[in-house]
Amino acid sequence: MNYLMRRLATFPLVLIGVSVLVFVAIRMVPGDSITAMLGTEAGLLTPAQRDALAAYFGIDQPWFIQYWRWLLGLLHGNLGISVTYGKPVLDVILERFPLTLELALLAMIIALAVGMPAGVFAATHNEKLSDLGVRVVAMIGQSTPNFVLGLLIIYTLSAGFGVLPAMGAFSPLWQDPLRNLGQLLLPAVTLGFAFAASVTRISRSAMLDVLSDDYVRTARSKGASNRSVIWRHALPNALIPVVTLSGIEFGYLLGGAVIVEQIYALPGLGRMVLDAILQRDYALVQGSVLFIAFNFMIVNLLVDLAYVALDPRIRLGER
Amino acid sequence: MIPLLSVSDLRVGFGRNPEANEVVRGVSFDLADGETLAIVGESGSGKSVTALSINRLVDYGGGRITGGSIKLRRADNSVVDLLTATEQQLTKIRGAEIGMIFQEPMTSLNPVLTIGTQIEESFRLHRGLTGRQATAAAKDALDRVRIPDAARRLEYTPNQLSGGMLQRVMIAMALACNPRLLIADEPTTALDVTVQAQIMALLAELKRETGMSMIFITHDIGLVAGIADKIMVMQGGEAVEQGELNQILDHPQHPYTQHLLHAVPHFASGRATRSDGRREKDKGTEPALKVDGLVVRFPVKSGFFGRASGAVHAVDGVDFDLMPGETLAIVGESGSGKSTTARAVLGLVRSTRGTFSAGARKAAAEQSALPVQMVFQNPYASLNPRLTIASILAEPVIATGGRVNAQTRAKMAALLKRVGLPESSLERYPHEFSGGQRQRLCIARALMLNPSVVVLDEAVSALDVSVQARVLELLVDLQREFGLAYLFISHDMAVVERIAHRIAVIYAGQIVEIGDATSVLSEPKHSYTKKLIAAVPTIDRRHERFEIDTRQVPSLVRPLGFEPSPAKWDKFGPDHRARVEA
Repeated sequence: MNYLMRRLATFPLVLIGVSVLVFVAIRMVPGDSITAMLGTEAGLLTPAQRDALAAYFGIDQPWFIQYWRWLLGLLHGNLGISVTYGKPVLDVILERFPLTLELALLAMIIALAVGMPAGVFAATHNEKLSDLGVRVVAMIGQSTPNFVLGLLIIYTLSAGFGVLPAMGAFSPLWQDPLRNLGQLLLPAVTLGFAFAASVTRISRSAMLDVLSDDYVRTARSKGASNRSVIWRHALPNALIPVVTLSGIEFGYLLGGAVIVEQIYALPGLGRMVLDAILQRDYALVQGSVLFIAFNFMIVNLLVDLAYVALDPRIRLGER
Repeated sequence: MIPLLSVSDLRVGFGRNPEANEVVRGVSFDLADGETLAIVGESGSGKSVTALSINRLVDYGGGRITGGSIKLRRADNSVVDLLTATEQQLTKIRGAEIGMIFQEPMTSLNPVLTIGTQIEESFRLHRGLTGRQATAAAKDALDRVRIPDAARRLEYTPNQLSGGMLQRVMIAMALACNPRLLIADEPTTALDVTVQAQIMALLAELKRETGMSMIFITHDIGLVAGIADKIMVMQGGEAVEQGELNQILDHPQHPYTQHLLHAVPHFASGRATRSDGRREKDKGTEPALKVDGLVVRFPVKSGFFGRASGAVHAVDGVDFDLMPGETLAIVGESGSGKSTTARAVLGLVRSTRGTFSAGARKAAAEQSALPVQMVFQNPYASLNPRLTIASILAEPVIATGGRVNAQTRAKMAALLKRVGLPESSLERYPHEFSGGQRQRLCIARALMLNPSVVVLDEAVSALDVSVQARVLELLVDLQREFGLAYLFISHDMAVVERIAHRIAVIYAGQIVEIGDATSVLSEPKHSYTKKLIAAVPTIDRRHERFEIDTRQVPSLVRPLGFEPSPAKWDKFGPDHRARVEA
C-alpha cells in the first residue's frame, strides 16, 4: 500500500516533465497555428491581423507564460480548447479513446492467446521440426511491417471473397457489438500478429530456461505428468518476461496505432494526434501526449503489481 | 528373495551419439530391502547420472540409456524393468515407489508455489487426496521431518525458509507417499556442517522408522560412514570397487579407493595441524594485518520514507591480527559474518566502525599499494569469460594505474609457471581450463600485485577433493616462498585443519573462540565450537547416532543504537581464548 502511494506520488512529477518537453518541442517545429490554418495566405495578413490572431490562439506570449497559463488550466481540469475541433481537448480525446483501448485489448488478447501456447509448444519440442516451424513463422511475424499485413488482409478479403472490412462511422461496443467487432477484429489481428510473434519468441526462450531448472526435475521426480510439469510448474515461472513485453507493447498501443488506423479508416487516438501535430493544434497535442503518458505509467504500475502476484520473491519498494 | 532393485550393466550416454559418449559404462549393483548403498565419487564419475537413470529422469537431462537393465520389485512383488517401462508406468512409480532428493534445496523447490501446495501435490498424484485431507497430510509430512510450527509453514514460499529447512521440506515431499526406495543425490553438499549433521540424523532416523532402502550419493567418503551399509566407489563411469562399509573403509582394494581415503583430508581433531611457520612470540615483527573492533551493519528500512528502523549486525566487534607467513582460518556457518569480515578487510563493503592496518610490509620496495588481495569461492564465475588469461592477469596492474610492459609480462609468465600452468595459457580463455586450473589462475591473479595478505574466501570449497588437496599444497608452498599471510575463510574443518596456524570461530557476527589451531581443534572450549566440531563427519564414526538439534542462528537484526555488551574472555593457554557464555 505504501509502495502504491509512493509510486502514485511520482506521477505528477513525470507528467510535468513530459508536458514541458512536449510544450517546447511542438513550438520548435517551424510554423504555427496561423500558418497551419491559412496556409500561404497567412503571408497576406497585416501585422495587426496577425497579432489579433496570435492573441486569439494564445501564442502571443513567451512560451513559459503560455505554459504557466496552461498549467493553471490543467489544475482546474481544463486542458484547453482544440482549435481544429472547436471542442474541449478532453472531450476530443475521450471520444477517441474507447476505440483505441478496445483495439489494444483485442490485439493483446490475440497475441497472448496465440503467442503463449505457440511459445510453450516450441519450447517443449525444442530443436525438432515443429519448433523450427514455429520459430520461422514468429520471425516472419516480427519482421512483417503491419501496413503490409493490413493491406494483404484487405486485398485477400476483397479480391478473393468480395468482402470488405466494415468501414464508416465507428460504433462503440455497447451500441452495436457485432458491427463493432466487424470493424475492429481485422485491425486487431493486424496489430496482434507481430505482437503474437514477439510473445511466442519470448515465451519460448523463457520456457526453455525454466524447463532446465532444478524444481522442474523435482516435479518430475514426484511423478507429475509432462502436462502438469509444463503448465503447472514451468509456465508460471516463465511469465515474468511475457508480462514485461506485453506491458510495453500494450502501453504503445494505447498511444494509438497510426498506420493501422489509417489503413482501416478508424478514428483512433493515433490519427488524431498526427492530425493535431500537422495542424499545430497545440492544446490537443499537449493534452493527448499527457494522456498517453499517464496511460503508460498506469500500465507500468500494473505490470509491477503483476510481478508481485506472479513471483513471491519479488517485494516492491524495498531498497 | 529378489532384491528390491537390481541394476546390471547400466550404460548411459549423452549427446547426439550416446553410444560414443558414454558417461556411465556398465555399472551393476543390487539393493535389498532396508539397505543403504552409498555411491562415492568425484564430479564426472557418473554417480549422479547413475542415480538419475534409476527413475529415468536422466531422459530429461539430455541423457540416453544405451544398455543394461534396471529391475525394480514393485509393491505387489511384480518385477518391472524401468528401462522398458512406459512413461505412464514411470509417473506412477516416481514419487510413489522411488522418492528423490537433490543437492540444491534452494533451487529444487518451485519458487512461485507454497511449500504446502508442493507437498500436497504428491498426495494428490499418488493417493488421490484433495482439499482439507491433502493439507492435513502435508502437515503430517512436515511434522515427520521435525519442522516446528508446520501448519503455518505450509503457507510459506521457498524463499522464506533457510537451506536446511528447505532440504527437510524436500525430504518430506520425497517421503510423502512412503516410497520403498529413496535416492539422495548429495543432499547435504550445499549445507553447513551443523545442518548437514541434522539432515543426516534425520535421514537415518526416518530410515529406521520406515524401513526404506536408500541410495546415497556423495563425494565425501567421510560422510557415508554414519549411514551406509554398502559402498560403491565410482571413477570415470565405472564402479571400481564395491562392498560392505567396513571392508571398504578398512581394507580398500582399488588404488582409487585408497587414494580417496588417504589423499583426501579427514578431520583429525587437531592431530593433523601444520607444524611449520608457527607464530613466534615477541619477535617484534609487525603484523601483516591488524583488525581492531570491526563492525559492519546494514540498515533495515521501513515505513513510508524508508527510515532506518534497525540494523543487521553482520559483524559485531571483531579483532584479530595476522602475522606474515601465517594462516588465520575463520570458520562459521553461512550467515555468521565470516565473508562480510573478509569483504570489509578488502573494502568491498563499508565497515561501520573499526580500524585496519595492512601496511606493515608496505615499506619494502616491491610491495604494492594494495597489500590485500582476494581469491573467491567459485572459479567458474570469478574469471571474465571474454578476456584472455593475459588480460585477466594484467587487470590488477592496470587497475592500480600501472602499465603493461615487458616486466609485467615476465611476471605473468613466472606466476603462471609457479602455479603450475604452461606459459601458453596466456593466450587462452577461461573456459579452456578445469575448475582446479581456474582456481590456480585466480591465485596467480591475486599475486600479481605482490600482496602481503591474501584473503581466501572458501577458495577450495568448490573443487573436487583430490584437486582440492593439490591446490592446498600450492597455497602452502606459495606461503613459504613469498611469506604471504592468509585469511582463510571456510566451513570445512578438515581443510582448515590442514592449512591453518590459528583459528577464529565466528558465530552471529562475533568471534567466540580464537587461538592456536591445535588447541582450538583438540580442546574446543566454547559450546558453539564444540557443536561445530562434533558435526564434522569422519570415517571413524560408524553408524553413530546424531542428536537432532533444530536450533537456528539467532536473528541479527537489532533495534537502532543497540550495542552488544563488551566481550569477556576466558584464557586457556598462551594462545587460546574463548568468549564467556551467558
